[in-house]
Amino acid sequence: MLLITCPWCGPRDETEYHYGGQAHVPHPETPADLTDEQWAAYVFYRDNPKGPFAERWMHGTGCRRWFNVLRDTATYEVLTTYRLDEPRPGGNR
Amino acid sequence: MTPRPLPEHPDFLWRDPEPRSSYDVVIVGAGGHGLATAYYLAENHGISNVAVLEKGWLAGGNMARNTTIIRSNYLRDESAAIYEHALKLWERLPEELDYDFLFSQRGVLNLAHTPQDVREGMRRVNANRLNGVDAEWLTPDQVAEVCPILNVSPCTRYPVLGGTFQPRAGIAKHDHVAWALARRADELGVDLIQGCEVTGFLKDGDRVVGVETDRGRIHAGRVGLAAAGHSSVLAERAGVRLPVQSHPLQALVSELHEPVHPTVVMSNHVHVYVSQAHKGELVMGAGVDSYNGYGQRGSFHVIERQMAAAVELFPVFARAHVLRTWGGIVDVTPDASPIIGRTPVEGLYVNCGWGTGGFKATPAAGWTFAHTLATGEPHPLNAPFALERFTTGALIDEHGAAAVAH
Repeated sequence: MLLITCPWCGPRDETEYHYGGQAHVPHPETPADLTDEQWAAYVFYRDNPKGPFAERWMHGTGCRRWFNVLRDTATYEVLTTYRLDEPRPGGNR
Repeated sequence: MTPRPLPEHPDFLWRDPEPRSSYDVVIVGAGGHGLATAYYLAENHGISNVAVLEKGWLAGGNMARNTTIIRSNYLRDESAAIYEHALKLWERLPEELDYDFLFSQRGVLNLAHTPQDVREGMRRVNANRLNGVDAEWLTPDQVAEVCPILNVSPCTRYPVLGGTFQPRAGIAKHDHVAWALARRADELGVDLIQGCEVTGFLKDGDRVVGVETDRGRIHAGRVGLAAAGHSSVLAERAGVRLPVQSHPLQALVSELHEPVHPTVVMSNHVHVYVSQAHKGELVMGAGVDSYNGYGQRGSFHVIERQMAAAVELFPVFARAHVLRTWGGIVDVTPDASPIIGRTPVEGLYVNCGWGTGGFKATPAAGWTFAHTLATGEPHPLNAPFALERFTTGALIDEHGAAAVAH
């Protein structure tokens, strides 16, 4: 069972949360200008690292707010959690 | 007292060769799919100068962790074609490989618990029949006839409103399948190399010409990836991005029981699937964990819910004890269908994205991937499953028929 710290509510069991996939995937600024390949990359392709991964979680049975989690996908260690308007701690990789 | 002498060690089923410096084809991953690919490369295409590289031990990944269910009752034409081809191959493989891997066509029931489940199930039965796949719609009473220990009372939280039934579906002994394929591939000249991890790729310009391993460089005319949950980690080393996400999928077995469960029961809605292994364990599968992970273990609340569903459907299981649980890592694609074919890098081919359902496809995955590796072109059965479909939009949406929540 993961123990995840909601930035507003504090540490809670993973069952209180909903998973939202990779964080920091911006919507294309000019979608109409994208090629099919670029559009496919935005819609279907996400990182899948074995190691630290920045991902979105939502505190469904608590404050119902989205936030980001930096978690190691190999060890399942939750490295840190942070608000959506904060940059990924330690840079992009 | 003199201890009884141990029985003689059985003959090994395959050689344990040192990797050579060069092969026509190198396959990465000695699970069911990698082994089947090697077997069909040799058997169908006469290409036996092949190495199958495995970082761990043979068939020790998802092949050792799956719930061994074999069926072909998929909704879409493309899926029905490839899974039914697999089922037809399963039906002849024990004789062809001269190895009894206990393929038991005991049927698969997919239960319906809501009016929408009923509509979806009836639609799938019709789609299956149009594709030559055996399928029947059963009423709750008929469901109870097929599987008498199922609780079809209308008084449960999610009553059984009916179900689809594929009589030719069943289970097989997964380890034996791998050993049967390994033995024959080895006899045909394929080198099965365990304890050999691929750490990188050798390139000549834009073309892959071999692999770097922790046991040295191995040159190859073509390289095929069959690494299941680690496909994207591996492909990234060759500069290829795959649209897959790796999730833990867990299963469990009970202690041994007398034969009580005559078929395979799956329920998408309350989410559990159960069969009874030949030895007597109840084999139960759950859904994937929602988050990405490579840890080969799943969340406790997932099996908790799955067991609650199982006990409601099968009151007779209430006193069964869990013997062990485990997890595998599955590579899930956006449309819950596999990717078999070329990659943007010349010489590099991929068989991945089987998600939660790779075991049943083992022979067809091998058959089509071998064709693609031998000819450089897709087989008609795997042509629709190319990587390009995520750009063209010709997706093969099988979330419903995959029977596992993901």
